Amino acid sequence: MFDFSIISKWFHSLLTGFIPEWLAIGIECLIVLLFIIILYAILAIALIYLERKICAFFQCRIGPNRVGKWGLLQVFADVFKMLSKEIIKMRQSDKLLHDMAPFFVLLASFLTFACIPWNKGLQILDFNVGLFFFIAISGIGVIGILLAGWASHSKYPMIGAMRSGAQLISYELSIGMTMLTMLLLCGTMQLSEIVQQQADYGWNIVRGHVPAVLAFIIYLIAGNAECNRGPFDLPEAESELTAGYHTEYSGMGFGFFYLAEYLNMFICGAMAATVFLGGWSPIYFPGLDGFNTVMGYIPGFVWFFGKAFFVVFLLMWIRWTYPRLRIDQLLSLEWKYLMPISMFNIILMALVVCFGLTL
Amino acid sequence: MAQTIIFLILAVIILGCGILAVTTKRIMHAATYLMFVLFGTAGLYFLMGYTFLASVQVMVYAGGVVVLYIFALMLTGRQDKKDNHSVSLAKKFAALVATLCGAGLFLFIIVSHRFAENMLTAPSEQTTSVKLIGQQLLSSDKFGYLLPFEVVSILLLACIIGSLIIARKR
Repeated sequence: MFDFSIISKWFHSLLTGFIPEWLAIGIECLIVLLFIIILYAILAIALIYLERKICAFFQCRIGPNRVGKWGLLQVFADVFKMLSKEIIKMRQSDKLLHDMAPFFVLLASFLTFACIPWNKGLQILDFNVGLFFFIAISGIGVIGILLAGWASHSKYPMIGAMRSGAQLISYELSIGMTMLTMLLLCGTMQLSEIVQQQADYGWNIVRGHVPAVLAFIIYLIAGNAECNRGPFDLPEAESELTAGYHTEYSGMGFGFFYLAEYLNMFICGAMAATVFLGGWSPIYFPGLDGFNTVMGYIPGFVWFFGKAFFVVFLLMWIRWTYPRLRIDQLLSLEWKYLMPISMFNIILMALVVCFGLTL
Repeated sequence: MAQTIIFLILAVIILGCGILAVTTKRIMHAATYLMFVLFGTAGLYFLMGYTFLASVQVMVYAGGVVVLYIFALMLTGRQDKKDNHSVSLAKKFAALVATLCGAGLFLFIIVSHRFAENMLTAPSEQTTSVKLIGQQLLSSDKFGYLLPFEVVSILLLACIIGSLIIARKR
């Protein structure tokens, strides 16, 4: 497997050759920032196009097909429409918080985005508690949603924000529990090491068999709820609340929420790929040496994107299949079913690891 | 050099937002500025290499306490209207005493201890590993933290029972 850290180390030594180290680190930070923003934009375009097409296929439609070949330029047209819209300011709204709220959601999204290991050695934030940091930082997004609802000074955003607060805080617990379950299996919280282990000993979902599969299913359900999507899109239920917490936003204010929602879906998929499906590690079957060498030639980031988009497809499948839940059903699903099951799952995983029953 | 620049940026953010949190008239703005102060503190921990402590700071304070503040403020309704209610003399006196005590304590700590500059210049992730923290937390040795850990869990249990009693249906 190609190790990307060779390139980054070479670049660092090249820069430190003729400028002081602090300036070199500053320049590298700027390059990384540019990289994140560009990748974020490209992924957002790809995901919005995918969502529209997949949604159309699930509803026996064709989807966007007028703007560009197969409707490929539709997303660009949407973005230009959104950029040229008039931004409406409400007299009663809390201007500072109203303007600030989308950036909290974006901030959480960007910081979690930076944790993802793309390839061997190609990772922006990688330290000994990476997984914990990921869970911690993803909790900031809810502040943005709550502030958006509060600052709009309007009843629908308020109800939407209330619902989303209850929903996100509840489902964060399930995400934390499933991550703890996988942590028991891995024994480390450093994301690069988690993936390296899976490259050496096999994917976690295979190694952990029953509890890992259970954790994966719970993670998918809770992840869908964390992204405010699928059957759990109560905070923005359009038939009851117009658009929920972002009803009063126009132009790019709304655009940022929209962007963050899609990228959060990708981040959810990418984390599932990293923790359960082996991240950038290729598929290996013991015994089939020819097959394994061929698979080893495919670069790691291709594997990673393949797995992440597979999980994203699963999430979209769930979204366009199930009808929306009621708020009491949503909360009882989490507190009465998912939480106890994931607690039981932690004990099961602990027993499996203790008695050495991992594959 | 890089350490110093980042430290200065974080210090300005913490101090500026701290002052704004105290002086602003709107309670929701105060909660938001408080969150920036807590983020800045987490940034300082990151700068020193205490990644676990920094993550806990983000998780517990920014993700937990501030969210609870905002949620509670949303539920209690908005009191944005300026009401210049006069403060009684006793309250003013009490505030003065509290401020002087706080300032005295702060100055005493600053004067009696020296700044550990080398903490900032030599960050290292190996300072305290999560494994060590976990073992210390659950060890019953001389310097173990098992007893405080259990006492805190009793406190949390009391909180859960209290909220259940308040929220139960008759």
